[in-house]
Amino acid sequence: MDLRVKLPGLDLKNPVIPASGCAGYGRELAELYDLSLLGGIAVKSATAEERFGNPVPRIAETPAGMLNAIGLQNHGVDYIIEKEMPFLEQFDTCVLANVAGASEEEYIEVIRKMNTCNRVDAYELNISCPNVKHGGIGLGTDPALAANITRMAKEAADKPVYVKLSPNVTNIAEIALAVEEAGADGLVLINTLLGMRIDLKTGKPLLANLTGGLSGPAIKPVAVRMVYQCAKEVHIPIIGVGGISSAEDVLEFLNAGASAVEVGAANFADPYICPKIIEELPDVLKRYGYASVKEAVGRSLI
Amino acid sequence: MKTDNAVISENICIAADVFRMKLKTSIADEIKCGQFVNVSVPGYFLRRPISCAEASDGEMTLIYKIVGAGTKQMSLMKEGETVSLFGPLGNGFPMLDEDILLAGGGIGVPPLLYTARLYREKGREVTVVLGFNRKEDVILEDEFEALGCQVYTAVMDGTYGISGTVSDGLDACGCSDRTILACGPLPMLKAVSERFDKGYVSLEARMACGMGACMGCVVKDHDGSSYRVCSDGPVFEIGKVVL
Repeated sequence: MDLRVKLPGLDLKNPVIPASGCAGYGRELAELYDLSLLGGIAVKSATAEERFGNPVPRIAETPAGMLNAIGLQNHGVDYIIEKEMPFLEQFDTCVLANVAGASEEEYIEVIRKMNTCNRVDAYELNISCPNVKHGGIGLGTDPALAANITRMAKEAADKPVYVKLSPNVTNIAEIALAVEEAGADGLVLINTLLGMRIDLKTGKPLLANLTGGLSGPAIKPVAVRMVYQCAKEVHIPIIGVGGISSAEDVLEFLNAGASAVEVGAANFADPYICPKIIEELPDVLKRYGYASVKEAVGRSLI
Repeated sequence: MKTDNAVISENICIAADVFRMKLKTSIADEIKCGQFVNVSVPGYFLRRPISCAEASDGEMTLIYKIVGAGTKQMSLMKEGETVSLFGPLGNGFPMLDEDILLAGGGIGVPPLLYTARLYREKGREVTVVLGFNRKEDVILEDEFEALGCQVYTAVMDGTYGISGTVSDGLDACGCSDRTILACGPLPMLKAVSERFDKGYVSLEARMACGMGACMGCVVKDHDGSSYRVCSDGPVFEIGKVVL
């Protein structure tokens, strides 16, 4: 079974990538399995300076999923290039560097610095984090702003740029088209859905940040719909993400038009989920009559 | 650190809303005192981090309290059923070459039992101060005594033992020159940290990954640097992090 997927900057041996924020910079998962098994890894967001993130509690469970409001906590791009990325050199897997910021200038600063890091294969432009007040989702919910930051990122980047879009919009296809026209090499769909839980004992929101991003199986149908919706409109590749926890889920995203997938919250329920999905994927593809991953991509769209 | 489908050999109520689950698992042979496992409860998305109360010969004991629907579901699980564990997780309590003082509040008491046994096996004197809200909440007093520990139990409503909190129990025990290892609710850990220079506190937190990848459970030190309760902790030296 041919699991290979060739995308701009990403020569994936299989379509499975742990999603940004769910696997740190790979160190923890590497204690459990060989990261070379993975198609790629999307590392935790980098900002220009260190960010301390939101107050705790940052995590709340929901039916078939969870809310998080980490707030892009990271040590800053310099530290990440120097201390975190070298760890990934020992593994034969693609690296997507997730880039975030509070202003357009900050995104560009992170990309310029990250250009010096050979371990990065492509950028994932995070214009969709729901847990920071400035930047992030503010840029991702307006087609003109999304196109503008994409254009700036493409000018600065010496590697392909994938734009990670927010589902918290009225018409995601409109944003997808805007960033495609601005030169994006691919899309990553979707980031988390904005949610809230109330603690009945206090009557107050359970998360210190009040709201958080919903992920897990609960959001899978929304993500599949948005991948399908965007795949109908754009001609650049889509990496699907949202509630994937089995090889069947992967096939569903491929059929909807994704060329590869990221697995997020499922890593918390089962830390071995990515290698398990990779192991099961050939049988599942075969069962539904495919000889390769490529064959399954976009079947729903025909 | 691994996942294991453990088989439940016992799951019984030992005090008000408190259950003892014994599990046959190879994790029992690796886990150190003060470490925890992430327990998968059928029907619930995230695992529950629960400290190890005892472990030997392929069997591990978890003592947990029903605090929500997930732990309620866990309490309904039956002998012979399997439950997925992920562990051992966290750093655990240090094994020091000295006599030790242990302080536990409520459902923070269980990890101290395993700790007490290991210190007793090294021939150390172990004094234990336990604190509970009510008499019906008292757990593990006999088990600590059976290990040869000096046990002081304080109950808030005055219906049993020393009337008051863990602090009142610490007043009564008279070993404040020893290193203290403490686990319990935040106000108790704050009181312990104000009173003792030498010692360690074990924290509780809402977690997602349990292994340091997601940054969901951070605490900060006095300079603002972050530490992950799940992987840098749950045990921190007194004064290291802001409680």
